[in-house]
Amino acid sequence: MPINFESATAFAASWGLAYFVVLFIGATAYALWPSKREEFEHAARIPLTED
Amino acid sequence: MTDRSTIKQMTWGEGGLVAVMAAFAVFALLIAANAHTQAYAFHAYVFSASAVAAVFAIINRYYDRPAELPAQFMDGKPNYNMGPVKFATIASMFWGIAGFTVGLLIALQLAFPVLNFDLPWTSFGRLRPLHTSAVIFAFGGNVLLATSFYVVQRTSRARLAGDLAPWFVILGYNLFIVIAGTGYLLGVTQGKEYAEPEWYADLWLTVVWVVYLLVFLLTLAKRTEPHIYVANWFYLAFIVTIAVLHLVNNAAIPVSIYSPKSYIVWSGLQDAMVQWWYGHNAVGFFLTAGFLAIMYYFIPKRAERPVYSYRLSIIHFWALIFMYIWAGPHHLHFTALPDWAQTLGMTFSIMLWMPSWGGMINGLMTLSGAWDKLRTDPVLRMLVVSVAFYGMSTFEGPLMSIKAVNSLSHYTDWTIGHVHSGALGWVGYVSFGAIYCLVPWLWNKRELFSMRLVNWHFWLSTIGIVFYICAMWVAGIMQGLMWRAYTALGFLEYSFVETTEALHPMYIIRALGGALFVAGALIMAYNLYRTIYDGEPAKAVLEPNPALASGH
Repeated sequence: MPINFESATAFAASWGLAYFVVLFIGATAYALWPSKREEFEHAARIPLTED
Repeated sequence: MTDRSTIKQMTWGEGGLVAVMAAFAVFALLIAANAHTQAYAFHAYVFSASAVAAVFAIINRYYDRPAELPAQFMDGKPNYNMGPVKFATIASMFWGIAGFTVGLLIALQLAFPVLNFDLPWTSFGRLRPLHTSAVIFAFGGNVLLATSFYVVQRTSRARLAGDLAPWFVILGYNLFIVIAGTGYLLGVTQGKEYAEPEWYADLWLTVVWVVYLLVFLLTLAKRTEPHIYVANWFYLAFIVTIAVLHLVNNAAIPVSIYSPKSYIVWSGLQDAMVQWWYGHNAVGFFLTAGFLAIMYYFIPKRAERPVYSYRLSIIHFWALIFMYIWAGPHHLHFTALPDWAQTLGMTFSIMLWMPSWGGMINGLMTLSGAWDKLRTDPVLRMLVVSVAFYGMSTFEGPLMSIKAVNSLSHYTDWTIGHVHSGALGWVGYVSFGAIYCLVPWLWNKRELFSMRLVNWHFWLSTIGIVFYICAMWVAGIMQGLMWRAYTALGFLEYSFVETTEALHPMYIIRALGGALFVAGALIMAYNLYRTIYDGEPAKAVLEPNPALASGH
């Protein structure tokens, strides 16, 4: 497939979109994962606990 | 450290950098000898002299230092490297005052054109990029360098990576500032807003920036704290994205290696789109992501409260990253840019409101349980007001990106007002707050010289900002309405010069606001100077106690 404007837009609007959506869902799932609670509570205090 | 049995030797880094700098000094002299223009020859001499100074500095430093390089840990604690941080902190204050003052001068030039002095070097066209670069890249850039090197060390509990590399980053960046700034005055520019420096300055910045990224990444790599704190994520996004933006927007081919002139590889509309993709993301990743990193470290630290919601910080980080990159086309509404691209830019700008306010809410709510400190600690107040300005200008921005609003606001002073509520209110205040925190910590002082002076700074510059943005709102909306006013016969009602005349009082109020802001910064510089030279030393082990308004 030659790379031109049409093929590039088609790729961006399909695979590009899917890639970003999956990545963002992944990031959100990571942030909200229940077992991560403790780690994030620790992380929120990092500026306060340094020596 | 005492001399051990080891034989003192130059490291590969020292020897290599001396050799590279010596070669570069000769190379720059050759360029200077053949330069097509005087300004370019001057810049080549500056590069050459800087390289020679670097050679001497590295060799002197080698003779003065002990045989062994500084330890990574001392007494079980990381042996933090704060020298480069101190330099960048002072540099930021110096450039800040220079940049604010030039801003005041060009504000006065707009009100009183005689202040252009009929000289090329002092004309508005040359001083305006000097102002924008001085405040964004020189002041803001040094604040980001200083705080990023401080925060990455403290939150990773590791010494900064590299021996000469951190110094190379700080000094190299400031050399870039000098080249860029003197270039504008001498008329060297590639005419791209916020990317005015010509190809050779851009190449130099690229080298400095790659080293910056490496120092940052390698410091993270040797962290002893397992979790990478969210501020470091924001710094990393800032460093990586600015690198990409810089490379793409400055893809230019020089006329000759002996000429400062280059031609951009993008043409016409593509060039405009690349420029504003760059321009808006400079706002998004330099002026937002970088300074959000500052917010995420300095507000919890100063308020002595944990981050309100760490989860929100992760989500709004990724949302910001995903969305900002698409918002650039809103700078090109009603131009030759295809309509769909304009609408895309507008849509993403409106969606950006959410991640922006995610950050604002997280910053403000970090104060829950510590709101009373706002009454007693002017430094914390400055940090919190900065977040409030952030919320306000990230609400105004999406509003202005809506095409119907933009048809009124575009090319008017409303834009200038919007930019300054973000720049003075958000970037300025969060930087001032961070510097007020940093100076006592870095120079090991118990507290700032005077909290009353911080209060004066806060109120003077707050009134200044209010004057500034209100004047620009009135000016911008009036300008927009006058431009689009028609007579009953369908002719334009006002000539351009009539709008200019109508703006005069607003321009004077704006300059007054700017003068108050400069006055505040001068008070700050005096306060910091006294803190460094006369401040009471902090106890060796104790954390400096913030929120002490009782002294002075």
